[in-house]
Amino acid sequence: MIDGKYAIALVVVFLVAIFMAYLALMSPQEKVEQKTHAIAHLGVEGEYSVNDKFDPYIYLKSWNFNNLPDTERQKYYRETDLSDGTKLREYWFYAQDEKIEIAPGVFYDAWTYNGQVPGPTIRATEGDTIRIYFKNDGSKPHTVHFHGFHEAEMDGAMPDDFINPGENFTYEFFAEPYGLHLYHCHSTPLKDHLARGLYGIYIVDPKQGREPANEMIMLMNGFDTDFDGENDVYAVNTKAFYYVKHPIKVKKGELVRIYVGNMVENDPINSIHIHANFFNEFRTGTSMVPGEYTDIIELGQGERAIIEMRFNNTGMYMFHAHQTEFSELGWMGMFQVESSEDPHEDMVMK
Amino acid sequence: MKLPNILAGIFPIILLGVLIGIFLAFGPIGLLKTGFPPVESISFEKVTLEQDVIIIEIINDGPDSVTISQVLVNDAYNLFKTDKQTLNHLERTTIRIDYPWAEGLPLVISVLTDDGLKFEKDIPIATKTPELNLSYLTTFAILGMYVGVMPVFLGLLWLPFLRTLSRRWYDFFLSFTVGLLVFLAIDAFKEAIGLTSQVALVFQGVAVLAIGFFLTLFTLTAISERASIDVTKKGVTEHALRLSYMIALGIGVHNLGEGLAIGSAYSIGEIALGSLLVIGFMMHNLTEGIAIVAPIARQQESQIKHLIQLGLLAGAPTIIGAWIGAFAFSNLAALFFLAVGAGAILHVVVEITKHMKKEDGAIIFTFTNVLGFVVGLLVMYLTGLFVA
Repeated sequence: MIDGKYAIALVVVFLVAIFMAYLALMSPQEKVEQKTHAIAHLGVEGEYSVNDKFDPYIYLKSWNFNNLPDTERQKYYRETDLSDGTKLREYWFYAQDEKIEIAPGVFYDAWTYNGQVPGPTIRATEGDTIRIYFKNDGSKPHTVHFHGFHEAEMDGAMPDDFINPGENFTYEFFAEPYGLHLYHCHSTPLKDHLARGLYGIYIVDPKQGREPANEMIMLMNGFDTDFDGENDVYAVNTKAFYYVKHPIKVKKGELVRIYVGNMVENDPINSIHIHANFFNEFRTGTSMVPGEYTDIIELGQGERAIIEMRFNNTGMYMFHAHQTEFSELGWMGMFQVESSEDPHEDMVMK
Repeated sequence: MKLPNILAGIFPIILLGVLIGIFLAFGPIGLLKTGFPPVESISFEKVTLEQDVIIIEIINDGPDSVTISQVLVNDAYNLFKTDKQTLNHLERTTIRIDYPWAEGLPLVISVLTDDGLKFEKDIPIATKTPELNLSYLTTFAILGMYVGVMPVFLGLLWLPFLRTLSRRWYDFFLSFTVGLLVFLAIDAFKEAIGLTSQVALVFQGVAVLAIGFFLTLFTLTAISERASIDVTKKGVTEHALRLSYMIALGIGVHNLGEGLAIGSAYSIGEIALGSLLVIGFMMHNLTEGIAIVAPIARQQESQIKHLIQLGLLAGAPTIIGAWIGAFAFSNLAALFFLAVGAGAILHVVVEITKHMKKEDGAIIFTFTNVLGFVVGLLVMYLTGLFVA
């Protein structure tokens, strides 16, 4: 049945098989080199466009359009002294569709107040009268809804309150209570209108004022660039890693006051953590008594707090969300603390 | 009268050209362009993992240009280097990312365009991409030997056993072979269809699949139709041997695709080849040997030369496939080879049934044969459990 040649072939095949097995067993297993000291080169590639209208460094210290030259400023803001010692503060707000740069080379079709995200900061003293002349130059119905006391007609939240494209509305109310508040659009779908960038900071100073300080505004936000329900870019004041590229200059020992708000969509919570220092936190800024002495605060959607601190040492200090995913997606910055003797340009604009 | 005929032949084409000219000059192109946002699309063609470095090759397979603005690794922005950030239709670029990726862990690489669209590449298990050197060539040759060549040769050793069988059980094993081959064809289709979503949209994976499949099936059929006239004169022995070679060729093309899949999956880190997987492939491919020798089992003398050639024809392409897959992989080529393999195998199925009909007269669908076919499918299914 089985001829000789065939038997030889059988033997050869088996011998080859055994030889192969031997080869495989004897061949040295390639060891994977685990000794690595490389680091991930985190951050965004490239630089932000230089001709962008919105500069987070300017935004940091701008309120009531004080970043504009006087003639230009008058188009958007006027203040008038009233007989009772308070002020009438009038603002001209325009809802506009605007392409904004949120990471170098990455552009987002935002819905904005006055072409910027966050919108212009409103700052008044307790008891002042605030009047907002709002015109919708956008493509969807929008409103301006303020946190703080106001009458129902000024709430800007019900469908009857929605201002259609091309239409106007004037919001008026007294600035109270003192603290750190927000304003934002309340058109539906609410989530979309907020995610697209229609929000800003509204500060009410107490009548007696606060101790002079190096003040700055930080609004934590995020952008879902591919509209899949998850943010692709996180930041404080819109541009990812901006304050890493342009560290915020402060002086050692000076009082630093940070107005922090959280307007991130799609994530229930956000936080700010400042390295190597501790601060007093005043939740919602509605009390002059600090709540906690800490180096991190968590803020839910729409929550805000005032932080007061003095940097102990000179040098570079990081600040970021302690939701580390957010920080590596853009919500990270640096403080550059300089000696108080160092001459440095006064960033506070009056 | 010939010249006017040619003119008549190309006249519609000339008219089409004129029509396109009119459309470009006066047509509503502006309307089409402004009405919709740009259609951005990027495909990842290759991912190379080196020590602390990730290199990706991408192609713009959408109609409009795409600008790569940022790159993320595992959901974190990372610095990167590339020669070209804006890609026109079908342009490619290579992006280099310094990143200390971890061996054996998942890796997600995302590319963010200037419009904020995100394109992701998932690597389930990151592993260092093999470099083209002798050590890796040897490794993959040994792997190919184990997975392809040795099992096929072992399967050939069933020849003496098949020789002892009566005609009825011989037909059983031919049917068994048909079952194996049909399973392999379906498997190849499954793999190929899976790949259609991996190739860039513009390359139309499904069309490549259809072309590869029908081109092979019909060309081989035409060849054997012509050849069968000569063979009939030479007798049944020649016919059986020719059939064995055809089966070996079909399985060889299939194994080339299998080798490609193994090599590429290994090189792009989609699987780390476990020993169980290799054993699974070995058992799976053992059955291919039976398929090859079944037609010649009825012949008394079979030369060793032919057996070795048959085994090499069926098994060796695994090694070549693994090499190509590991070092010069392209989803499109793999897709094409799988389709060609499916066509070749189905052609063999047709040939075997013809062969059975020629030897036994009219009846093919006897219970014995149906049982053989079903057992063939089941054996492939059971050995396949180790591969999945």
